Amino acid sequence: MKLTLTTLAATLAASTAMADLVIPDLSYRTGPYAAGGIPFSDGYQDYFTLLNERDGGIGGEPIRLIECETAYDTERGVECYEATKGEGALIYQPLSTGITYQLIPKVEADQIPLHTMGYGRTSAANGEVFNWVFNYPANYWDAASVAINHLLEENAGDLSGKKIALIYHNSAYGKEPIRTLEELSEKHGYELTTIPVDHPGQEQKSQWLQIRRDRPDYVIMWGWGVMNQVAIQEAANIRFPMENFIGNWWAGAEHDVTPAGAAADGYKSLNMNRVQEYPVFDEIRQHVIDAGLGAGDGGSSIGSVLYTRGMYAAMLAAEAIEKAQEIHGTSAITAAQMRDGMEALEVTEATMEEWGAPGIGPEFSVSCQDHGGSGYGLVQQWNAEAGTWEPLTDFIQADAEVIDPLVEGDSMSYAQENNITPGCPGS
Amino acid sequence: MPDQLLYAIEVSLNGLMAGVLYALVALGFVLIFKASGIFNFAQGVMALFAALTLVGIMDGQVPFAHLMNTVFGTDIHGFGWQVPALAAIVLTALVMVLFAILVQRFIFRHLVNQEPIILFMATIGLAYFLEGVGDLMWGSEIRTLDVGLPQGINETIDRVTFDAFGYGFFIDNLDIAATVVAALLVTALVVFSQYTKQGRALRAVADDHQAALSVGISLNYIWILVWSIAGFVALVAGIMWGAKSGVQFSLSLIALKALPVLMLGGFTSIPGAIVGGLIIGMGEKLFEFFVGPLVGGATENWFAYVLALIVLVFRPQGLFGERIIERV
Repeated sequence: MKLTLTTLAATLAASTAMADLVIPDLSYRTGPYAAGGIPFSDGYQDYFTLLNERDGGIGGEPIRLIECETAYDTERGVECYEATKGEGALIYQPLSTGITYQLIPKVEADQIPLHTMGYGRTSAANGEVFNWVFNYPANYWDAASVAINHLLEENAGDLSGKKIALIYHNSAYGKEPIRTLEELSEKHGYELTTIPVDHPGQEQKSQWLQIRRDRPDYVIMWGWGVMNQVAIQEAANIRFPMENFIGNWWAGAEHDVTPAGAAADGYKSLNMNRVQEYPVFDEIRQHVIDAGLGAGDGGSSIGSVLYTRGMYAAMLAAEAIEKAQEIHGTSAITAAQMRDGMEALEVTEATMEEWGAPGIGPEFSVSCQDHGGSGYGLVQQWNAEAGTWEPLTDFIQADAEVIDPLVEGDSMSYAQENNITPGCPGS
Repeated sequence: MPDQLLYAIEVSLNGLMAGVLYALVALGFVLIFKASGIFNFAQGVMALFAALTLVGIMDGQVPFAHLMNTVFGTDIHGFGWQVPALAAIVLTALVMVLFAILVQRFIFRHLVNQEPIILFMATIGLAYFLEGVGDLMWGSEIRTLDVGLPQGINETIDRVTFDAFGYGFFIDNLDIAATVVAALLVTALVVFSQYTKQGRALRAVADDHQAALSVGISLNYIWILVWSIAGFVALVAGIMWGAKSGVQFSLSLIALKALPVLMLGGFTSIPGAIVGGLIIGMGEKLFEFFVGPLVGGATENWFAYVLALIVLVFRPQGLFGERIIERV
């Protein structure tokens, strides 16, 4: 018995000492938003497990994943952060705008990088103000602009006189694109109507009756959770043309459209990661799923929109770890060194090919000044018969002329409110 | 007819239909509160659990498959069959009866004569436990529920109103179906409570526990019966709401829609739940239509509670509730 305990203690000590690259996964597998949280977390974890199993970690250093359940609850998200940061966490990816807002001052104080890809505080793209927060490859304002650019493309570059309605989750997240869409409406001459939906969004009759009366040419949706499924069903009910209904990239997963069945056919959404069969999926199946090491229920969501996005997030984190190891000449990097790796990140077609995911995202690079990446997004369309998302466009660039001043303005206000002197650390 | 008036009529009709859906959830609360004095916080989760069970049975899913696979290393997912909707509804109703027996046997039998707040807290615990069990049994994915209910615009109403007013009203077929089902359900409940032995016993317990006991009515049996009926009402609510949005864990939040209905209609009245639902549904939709645009919209959630609070101030027992008089 004593021998067993000693062996167990030695094994635990050895595994802790070896597991130097600590990646907390603030996931949500329970609660009303679990359907979105599960595939993202599965993709995030499975990719790191693949690196451990296939390559022995990154740079010879094993990765230690710590999963903590937030239930998409801001308070629990902060608790998870506090509980895991002392483990030597290298990077946080909370998949929640609410949690992100609470963590921003904390990561600045604790000096741990926070990556909020396509969500969170948009103006965190200004790396000189938000030294420890990154939101590459694109942010909410980019998404709003990409949607409008797509509509411009469809209307031969002219949206004047068109009516566009924004139906949004009545929260900080949902309100993010309003300013951008207002600015863009001034530039392109369309008429914008904003229609809020209260959490959780199970009852949207009033909103869709308004849309039926107002007859906008296009509806853009900023939803999450049950709001998405109900909105798509209600749009179908009032026979709103699905090809004129565009969700943002958090309103474009398989589970958002399947409850409406065939009626959801033609619905469009933005995406920051291309959805297709990648060679890396076979690697994951072989080294992770077949070995019984898959996260969640073991591979059922491989290839879905949010699984692919979670995997893409892990790929970006792993790439930054490799960069940090290169820069600092050590495999056991610290959180501060991780930040350097993230700022030196350069994603090219060759990089994505190397990951086994060619074309999964746009090419982009990060710098101390620019934590926001390229700002590219694509439009995909739901094919209900095939049950698949089909890419409708290539990656479309956001309107930097409008977005950049907004990022600058908002981030500088934040700097002023918080007595931050903008600049790169160490400069 | 002026456009605004037409729109207001359309909004009112849709509000009434939405109110029926709220009332369906509120009914479950009323049944349990009336018979046992317990404010059942778990009613929303019961609707979720019932809907999850229904979809699981229809799809031939093996309950606790994920747990078994993790613990025993098996690879079980489904039985490989599909169960017809009607049979699945019957089986789910039986599961809800079993749930009622277990709740009574393991929780409330031990809490007889406890303060109402203790019983309320027990239902909070039950709600979270049931949510967890539902997750373990059936998983967290969003499931499509198709029991053959019609969905989408009602073409006849659209055409008739268009011919009459030059504007076709939108009424959702699912809402019409929900109204019919709710009417049948309430009729069945009234017939049951007025004309059956068990129903009369249930009413006796609701009126006076001690007196009911003294004439030989088993409280245990009546409470199992009432939790079973509330479970069936939860199943109906789960079907209606699940058909709208898919069966998912946010279904448990529909309880939030029932609270103002209960405050307004009273906690002890079945007609109160129905009328309360209709008033809340129509009131919130009309308020959103007329005032929403002036204040930035999204008024429905809070306005329902304001409406209920106003009623509460003037009639604390709700419009149809029993006045509580305690003599010192």
